[in-house]
Amino acid sequence: MRPFKFSSASDARNAVQTISANKDAKFLAGGTNILDLMKEDVERPTALVDVSRLNLTQIKSANGGLSLGALAKNTDTANHPLVRQNYPLLSMAILAGASQQIRNMATNGGNLLQRTRCSYFYDVAMPCNKRAPGTGCGALEGINRMHAIFGWSEKCVAVYPSDMSIALVALDAVVKVQGANGQERSIPFADFHRLPGDTPERDTNLNHGELITAIELPKNNFAGKSYYLKVRDRASYAFALVSVAAALEMDGNKIKQARIAMGGVAHKPWRATEAEKMLVGKEASAANFKSAADAEMKGAKPLEHNKFKVELGTRGIVRALQMAMSGGAA
Amino acid sequence: MAEEFDESVEIELTADEAALLENLPELSELGEARRKFLGQAAALGLGAFALNLLAQEQAFAAIETSPEAVFAPVQIENSVTVAMKINGAEKSLTVDSRMTLLDGLREKLELTGSKKGCDHGQCGACTVIVDGRRVLSCLTLAATCEGKSVTTIEGLANGDALHPMQAAFIKNDGFQCGYCTPGQICSAVALMNEAKNGEISYVTANVRTSAKNVKLSDDEIRERMSGNICRCGAYPNIVAAIQEVHSGKEAAQTWSFHTPNENVAEIEEDKKDATV
Repeated sequence: MRPFKFSSASDARNAVQTISANKDAKFLAGGTNILDLMKEDVERPTALVDVSRLNLTQIKSANGGLSLGALAKNTDTANHPLVRQNYPLLSMAILAGASQQIRNMATNGGNLLQRTRCSYFYDVAMPCNKRAPGTGCGALEGINRMHAIFGWSEKCVAVYPSDMSIALVALDAVVKVQGANGQERSIPFADFHRLPGDTPERDTNLNHGELITAIELPKNNFAGKSYYLKVRDRASYAFALVSVAAALEMDGNKIKQARIAMGGVAHKPWRATEAEKMLVGKEASAANFKSAADAEMKGAKPLEHNKFKVELGTRGIVRALQMAMSGGAA
Repeated sequence: MAEEFDESVEIELTADEAALLENLPELSELGEARRKFLGQAAALGLGAFALNLLAQEQAFAAIETSPEAVFAPVQIENSVTVAMKINGAEKSLTVDSRMTLLDGLREKLELTGSKKGCDHGQCGACTVIVDGRRVLSCLTLAATCEGKSVTTIEGLANGDALHPMQAAFIKNDGFQCGYCTPGQICSAVALMNEAKNGEISYVTANVRTSAKNVKLSDDEIRERMSGNICRCGAYPNIVAAIQEVHSGKEAAQTWSFHTPNENVAEIEEDKKDATV
């Protein structure tokens, strides 16, 4: 690990100013991803500002919905009574990720900023446009079983690893951030992460120095019919091959609203809007679920080793919707 | 064979060594003692080597070295001083900002129970309990631990009385090589509290209903312990050990040490086999 200056922040404004003044400085919260990447020499900050003691840990009702403090731990968020009761999809998604030890350390803001687990990104001896722009993409013609089937570019085929974020994009969350001059802004979750395009080195639309302060969830009627399905190589403690967050609001026996998002398939949480549109006004039948899934997966462009993800994604959407209908998390 | 030590040969000293001798006449006396010793016990290579090291250590410990000297105490760059409670005792550490809690425990505090398995948050061997929560000490910077309370495997027993989870791991044969065991046990101890507090997991049937004192099925234990990898594959016995502590239902011990008589009988048996 390279040397860095450590400091502990006692107020958000100072933390933001310290980071803004040094382009090689980074925030440190749970540390579960950045510390690993520093050991691998992928991240090389010259200064870390520990923000974990800032007063941004509350989870509270706000505007009819819920506000999740950026520095609340993943465990505390997943277990919070209001999250369990009103946003069980989020509880399930958080608990599908990592291990209890890591969830005890990881914060909500940090979870959003996880970097890809693409093995070419992690291996500094390999080409990777995300880690070292201009060096090429090792995975494009390499081993790409774990990689993207939607929205990738010639520059990068990596997938985004968070489970929590898949639920958050389905739940229309909004990310609150604080910038260098104390100004705040709100970023709709679907616009928070980026597709790789020509700049895969940028994972999100956060500017350097901006600090996530909270994640806001609007009120919804999905709580009784939602489910987070995660398909992986092991039964637990593994990144998704494909994951599906599904939530339904019914009007009689017709679907009033559907929310579907996928993990393990793209450079950002993939909102399955084609499938969602197909389901509105339809009955919640296996046949309709299958048509919706097919409509979404029609746009998939698999790579050499991940063609299986198309069929897996189709079945995953159907299965997650069925689980949501049968009560799912409830 | 013994090597003759030729005292007449002038040994060329490095700049450091020359400076040392100048600053510390005792060193040449130590040198004399060493020569005598070598003369008497010439062939004892290892003893001579050890004495040499000892002499060096004594010498270096006794002097004020200049900052340029090779063995001068190093000023730690980016040092951070943190005070924390380790197994109930207040400790203050000055560490390089890069030092993990795991390395601090192992290298600075000589608490080598917590193991460095992967050092990347994938195996759980370094699991310790910080402020009541199990965490990975390999992904925790020591610098972030100011004011925190850390419990390691060394802090679980009460004197010679094992923690119930430690006893259950032995009774249920919950390990083979033992390398992952400190992490497994710290993880399992914290898990007992999580269940008491009614925390849920990904395999919890209904995350919307809440209850304290969750009764954990074996599947729940497996899911909740999935951050602790056991290369020997002792998982069934680990689950059994945790289930015994969690359920409070005493299970029969399935193994015992051989008695001397059994040992003798077995040796006789082997002899018979060998002669067939």
